Amino acid sequence: MSETTTHNGHDHAHAGHHELPFWRKYIFSVDHKVIGIQYAVTALFFLLFGFTLMMIMRWQLAYPGQPLPVIGKILGETAMPGGVMAPEFYNQLGAMHGTIMVFLGVVPLAVGGFGNFVVPLQIGAPDMAFPRLNMASYWVFLPGCVLMISSFFFPGGAAQSGWTSYPPLSDIASVGQTVWCFSMVLIITSSLLGSINFIVTIVQLRAKGLSYWRLPFFVHAQLVTAFLLLLAFPPLEAATVMQIMDRVAGTSFFLPSGLVVSGEQLKVAGGGSPLLWQHLFWFLAHPEVYVLILPAMGIVAEVIANNTRKPLWGYRLLVYSVVFLGFMSFVVWAHHMFMTGMGTTMSTFFQTTTMIISIPSVIILTCFIMSLYGGNIRFTTPMLFATAFLPMFAIGGLTGLPLGLTASDIYLHDTFYVIGHFHYVVAPGTLFALFAGVYYWFPKATGKQMNATLGKIHFWTSFVCINFVFMPMFFQGMAGLSRRLYDPTVYAHGRGVQALNVVISLGAWGLGLSQIPFIVNFFMSLKRGARVAENPWNATTLEWAAPSPPGHGNFLTEPVVYREPYEYSVPGHANDYSPQFVEGS
Amino acid sequence: MAEAAAHHESPIPYMVQPHPVTGIPNGKFGIWLFLASEVMLFGALFSSYVLIRTGAPHWPPEGGLTSEIVNVPLGTLNTAVLITSSITMVLSWASCKMGSLPRFKLWMAATIGLASVFLVIKYFEYKHKFDLGHFPSHDNFYAIYFTLTGLHGLHIIGGIIVNTFLLTAGSKMWTTDPEHFTNRVENAGLYWHFVDLVWIFLFPSLYLL
Repeated sequence: MSETTTHNGHDHAHAGHHELPFWRKYIFSVDHKVIGIQYAVTALFFLLFGFTLMMIMRWQLAYPGQPLPVIGKILGETAMPGGVMAPEFYNQLGAMHGTIMVFLGVVPLAVGGFGNFVVPLQIGAPDMAFPRLNMASYWVFLPGCVLMISSFFFPGGAAQSGWTSYPPLSDIASVGQTVWCFSMVLIITSSLLGSINFIVTIVQLRAKGLSYWRLPFFVHAQLVTAFLLLLAFPPLEAATVMQIMDRVAGTSFFLPSGLVVSGEQLKVAGGGSPLLWQHLFWFLAHPEVYVLILPAMGIVAEVIANNTRKPLWGYRLLVYSVVFLGFMSFVVWAHHMFMTGMGTTMSTFFQTTTMIISIPSVIILTCFIMSLYGGNIRFTTPMLFATAFLPMFAIGGLTGLPLGLTASDIYLHDTFYVIGHFHYVVAPGTLFALFAGVYYWFPKATGKQMNATLGKIHFWTSFVCINFVFMPMFFQGMAGLSRRLYDPTVYAHGRGVQALNVVISLGAWGLGLSQIPFIVNFFMSLKRGARVAENPWNATTLEWAAPSPPGHGNFLTEPVVYREPYEYSVPGHANDYSPQFVEGS
Repeated sequence: MAEAAAHHESPIPYMVQPHPVTGIPNGKFGIWLFLASEVMLFGALFSSYVLIRTGAPHWPPEGGLTSEIVNVPLGTLNTAVLITSSITMVLSWASCKMGSLPRFKLWMAATIGLASVFLVIKYFEYKHKFDLGHFPSHDNFYAIYFTLTGLHGLHIIGGIIVNTFLLTAGSKMWTTDPEHFTNRVENAGLYWHFVDLVWIFLFPSLYLL
């Protein structure tokens, strides 16, 4: 743990020289900014990849049993015989879409990307506390990703038991599931290394004058997130180890006695519990929901304060809420399991905690909306995404309440309503916030500004399409349409809402096209974007004191903090912003 | 990428010296956080053990008593070996504190030796069960026994690797930065005590109960 680099500060801190060879500077780098960008670019790639899997899957849902032109032929005869999607391939796409989006996309972008790049800058640190550990975290993560993707090429294909990998199905699935387990162990290890690093960095390396009540909200959110990753991921690692044992060594941790598969009794010792996996999985995966959303809230807070040109409303309330959310997220996991027959006492407990945890979420959202009130709002591209986050996250959050109440969950459980609910939280919620972050910090990372017109096209097309994707799912779910159905028209009650599946698929493909302006903008701005100085947004937090892009060691002079993070439009000031790092009233 | 004119030299603060507020350097803070996550890892496995055991009509599932399946005398011996290794680990750190590298090397070598003895004894325990044809798939007692002790064994091997590094190549730091080196020994020690502590829980719950 303690093997940090004593020497990396002075090896190459001197002006304009690049003593480090290319592979040490850009590939096996210990610089938090390079690692952050590596994480972000990798994650953006996997977000596109995971989304592509879903766009293929949407063909089968919109036009069940019809051959997919062109792409169907490319994917080959095993996956799509005669261009028609095989049920096994459909299951692989579903399981891998979930796994990739959560573990290879959103978390690495929100925590590995933005956390690594922004947190040390915002707290005025020269780097993370353990730079080599940070590098190790990325280089454990990447093999995990490659292994996960490679599972498509194993006999029987990739994991196909859903992203939740519920046994007994996952215990008896093809070898791709074992690959899934091993790559999860790598990804969990990587997140463990990262979370230790974040906590130590935030607690130990804050600049002079930067007390906890002067930290930007984004840093608070990352700190809570790091604790969630640190403490919630190990139980999933334990569960994954047990699933590997079940699959490889023939144990029966998750296999009950007398299990019959394809008409034959399974030859295992038995005596295990499939519910045990669900408990361990959701013990991780509910805090994981907050790992997905808290950094996004942090980004939204930064962007809103900067673009309304006024302090965040209820800053301390926000901090208390985010810490309370962190604690509560550990005691709500079994609201995913109301239908398992675990008993009414358990259900009542988890229903109560679930209602309680909605309170701080609502407080946070209210603070953000109150922050808009009376502001002189600049609708820059990041602000458009951050503003859209508010109603989108509200829809996602509020539709979650009927799922947290046992009575209504009995009806809605495992229908498309659930898919609509959590996608509203994560896709137009978290992902929009992450896009806001990309547009907001791109100038800091590259020294170039992203194109505003392309940004606005990206935003408006995405915003319209994404609602066509997820809004109809609520109606499908309330009509009783189950999730994970290979053919949604197989039951009579699904046929009435089949037309909506065509709408959703067209929305999804439109959403795919809407990302083209972003991709073009990203690379074009990298090459030809307008050059910016250190503080293009006239912001107040510490990262804007460093040059754009910051060199190794980040700051030209040691930063000192004189005030709270969001002092915008202070009466009697010449400027409408008073940066934390500028002395004087 | 055009670098800005001159970045000030900025090694990472509190790598060796304790932070004035938290009272510990970065490394020690990091190792405590790591151990917190380890508690959650083993905690989840212990909880699974409890859940599966309470759900079983009889424990161990094949009948009889646990103490008839496992070798209690060897387990007791191994407990003694690990506790002793924790003591030698403390002595190696204390030797650093008192400024004696040779004594550090002696005690650290003893720690590594005892850890190896633990693994050798464990090997004979495993071998006996394998000889009887009792693999993890035999029943859930063996599944839990091999998973928990196996994962613990991997932690022992990890400790041996770290300690061997400190004993050999890592000890060069003693001449350049003895305080930093002492901190590293202390951190390795914290980890080692944790691995020891896990066994203190494993031994009664797997061998005696």
